[in-house]
Amino acid sequence: MQHFINVLLNGITQGIVIAAFALALVLIFRSTRIVNFAQGSQAMFTTYIALTLMNNDFPYWVAFLGALAAGFIIGAVLERVVIRPLEGGMELNIVIATLGLYVAIQALAAILFGSDYKSFSSPVGVQGFQVGDLNLALTPTSIFVICTVGVVVVGLTLLFQKTQLGLTMRAAAFDGEVSRILGVRVSHLLTFGWALAGLVGSVAGILVATGSFIYPSYMESLIAFGFIAAVIGGLDSPIGAVVGGLILGIVNSLVSGYLAPGLVTIGAFVVLIAVLLLKPGGLFSSTQARRV
Amino acid sequence: MSTDITTAVPAPPAGPSAMQRLLGLNLVRSLLVSLGVLVVGVLLLESTDAYTNTQLSSLTYFTIAAIGLTALTGLNGQISLGHGALMAVGAYTTALMLDTDSPLPFPVIALAAIVMTSLVGFVVGIGAARLHGPYLAGATLAFAVALPSVALYFKGTFNGEAGLTVISPRPPEWFVSFIDAVSGEFATSSKYVAYLGLFCLVIALFFALNLGRSKIGRHWRAVRDQEVAAEIAGINLGRTRVQAFVISAAYAGLAGAVMAMVVRLAAPTVFTLVLSLSLLTAVVIGGLGSITGAFIGSAVLVFLPPLVTDLSTDAKLSDTQAAQMSPLIYGIVLVLVMLLAPGGVMGTLSMAWRRRRARRQLTATPTKKG
Amino acid sequence: MSVLEIKNLTTTYGPVKALDSVDVAVETGQITAVLGANGAGKTSLLRTVSGLVKPTAGTITLDGTDITGKPTESMVHRGMAHVPEGRGVIAELTIEENLRLGMRGAAKRPTDTPAPVRTLDDAYQLFPVLGDRRNAQAHTLSGGERQMLVIARALLARPTLLLLDEPSLGLAPRIVAQIFNLVRALVNDSGLTVLLVEQNARSALSIAHTGVVLNLGKVVVTESAEVLQNDATLRHSYLGF
Repeated sequence: MQHFINVLLNGITQGIVIAAFALALVLIFRSTRIVNFAQGSQAMFTTYIALTLMNNDFPYWVAFLGALAAGFIIGAVLERVVIRPLEGGMELNIVIATLGLYVAIQALAAILFGSDYKSFSSPVGVQGFQVGDLNLALTPTSIFVICTVGVVVVGLTLLFQKTQLGLTMRAAAFDGEVSRILGVRVSHLLTFGWALAGLVGSVAGILVATGSFIYPSYMESLIAFGFIAAVIGGLDSPIGAVVGGLILGIVNSLVSGYLAPGLVTIGAFVVLIAVLLLKPGGLFSSTQARRV
Repeated sequence: MSTDITTAVPAPPAGPSAMQRLLGLNLVRSLLVSLGVLVVGVLLLESTDAYTNTQLSSLTYFTIAAIGLTALTGLNGQISLGHGALMAVGAYTTALMLDTDSPLPFPVIALAAIVMTSLVGFVVGIGAARLHGPYLAGATLAFAVALPSVALYFKGTFNGEAGLTVISPRPPEWFVSFIDAVSGEFATSSKYVAYLGLFCLVIALFFALNLGRSKIGRHWRAVRDQEVAAEIAGINLGRTRVQAFVISAAYAGLAGAVMAMVVRLAAPTVFTLVLSLSLLTAVVIGGLGSITGAFIGSAVLVFLPPLVTDLSTDAKLSDTQAAQMSPLIYGIVLVLVMLLAPGGVMGTLSMAWRRRRARRQLTATPTKKG
Repeated sequence: MSVLEIKNLTTTYGPVKALDSVDVAVETGQITAVLGANGAGKTSLLRTVSGLVKPTAGTITLDGTDITGKPTESMVHRGMAHVPEGRGVIAELTIEENLRLGMRGAAKRPTDTPAPVRTLDDAYQLFPVLGDRRNAQAHTLSGGERQMLVIARALLARPTLLLLDEPSLGLAPRIVAQIFNLVRALVNDSGLTVLLVEQNARSALSIAHTGVVLNLGKVVVTESAEVLQNDATLRHSYLGF
């Protein structure tokens, strides 16, 4: 019984981080129909920035915010410099460009920060709670992780549903041309979208690292998982990203806990293929609303 | 001087000679090109030192894989980030088959590697056939991340992290005599492996040259460019895509087989996502869909990194840093190529040539009067 | 005084000339109808005026200011509201959200511009059916209701010039009449200027002051609506009735 509860708890904690990363991917896909394969490298890079801050005696919170700011800026810069000139061109070219960024940023991180494993301490404890004689796989860190992602999700929801900015972002994502006719500066919003995605990706990057180790390719599986989760949910649905992330996290944990840890990536791949074959639009893709 | 068109009809040109007709046959042309590459390869191998020979060996398997990938992406329009993993299938098959006291002859092993990888490619291809663009990239990326786990999970057969060492085959007598006759050198097993790689490359090239100009090649291009029209013309989209994937996988399998013998190791650390991405980089730099481009791009990716690493170590960078300079550079190159010259080397050259030819035709056409 | 002056406008899509030296003057407080067959260049004209397409030659002047080639996003702030081809309802957003987007366009407009529709309530008063369903997603609306939505959305930007692209498309004659009468009433009451592109020449001319007929990108006739309606030869040659 304890095993099952812990598998579930692990699944939720991991799933919520996958969800955060999937959110970043969805933010960009919604507005530009681009899957940003460099998102993971960006997040990894900003986590290293956070680590550098912490190594210079800044508290975790400052480092965290520093990473978010860096993620925001890097996202905006990449959109303006690399993606903007390619938008509207061949899809393949943009995919390759983001892959190039992925490779380059990862190499740059290794050059600047080294390839060895570096520990990234958590601001709260990493000991599992004990309830009666149950040793729970729930630590203060995992609660922190869940709460942080929760804050991000709530924040994004409020942004999109309740603010003017959110309204214009949604409008621009649904119909860029009509939005421009209505006076919305769509190109500025695209840059903002990438910046926001960079910020959210940074959150995921730090949360994965907290209480653990980082090295230049530590985000690699999260990139694959994030993509799979986003596909499960429907690449243009933020709710889908969260649900997809949780589903995948729990599936991964079940595979790891009841089959073998080494089979997790294969299991995730199987889930991806299943979704793509059975319901390629994902669980929550927006219904094709007719436009007349 | 009569300018009356009706009286100035020139005599019809003489029909093509037998030689011209022979050269016009695709098959003959491909054969000549392949033989040419073989001869150049032998010359290169015999006139360079052992270190360069190893690099040339790497070039052979890299180019084989690149040809397969450029055909898939350039001709058929499907992107794959999983070709490194497909090479792993070929490599592990080869390693396993060489792991006996009296291994089967290399052509049999190579064929087995090709068949195994094609089977895997078939399975992946069925899934891939339904996907486009980023979905396909993501799915093949997930595949590339997942496949190494298989090797790690089945530790018994595949020896986990450490992988399988490959014992290089001993060069047969006739080969030793051949090398002695050609250059007076002693034929090491590394040299034998290099020649095996060259031979595989030449065969792979021959098939690829015929593929591009064949009906299959035309179908692939039709599916890439105009799906709906292709379907209406009776081309089965799904089947064509799977076919492309399988053939591309076959190339990757052969490349993996050669790689296993050159590197003498089949392990998960050899077949990372970075390998798949560097294959993609080679293909993009060379120009998608171009076989010449595959050669160019592979040469860049085999010869440039050691140069870069050496330069970096000279510039006082640490070993790790020096090693990372190559991926940094080719990541940046990938982005720059997309921004500035998406057609790669061959694509940009052919565009420039076409433009010049168009301009020449415009100026050569006599202007009509009245 | 012309609100909008289009002089010698030429737009090409590759080798095709969608607009060829087009001259149109849209007078203040009037409805100018641009008519012609499919492919005549009517929609290209609106798209060029709106800045979605850059012309290769010619000028467009709005209230005396040269707006040729200026970005589309700036047009709403200059007092030009465009209801595009296909209506341009953002289907995934609610009715109210669509209207709010329209209101954003009024942000930089001087407060003394005559505006029949200033607030959301004004819009709901004008079109009660929108008020009843304000939180429903826009794709649940019928064609006629969508037309009302986009007109209200455009009016909320307090424009001096309204560009309407084929509002009658796909609508039942009764609804077409309703909408056209509404447009005429707005023009009469508040001094709004309208540039109306229509294939339904008969209905368009019934409310328009001036008619401009396009054929293959060129202007072939510019006449008052009365003359166009009463000249049988013109009607038969160019307008199909």
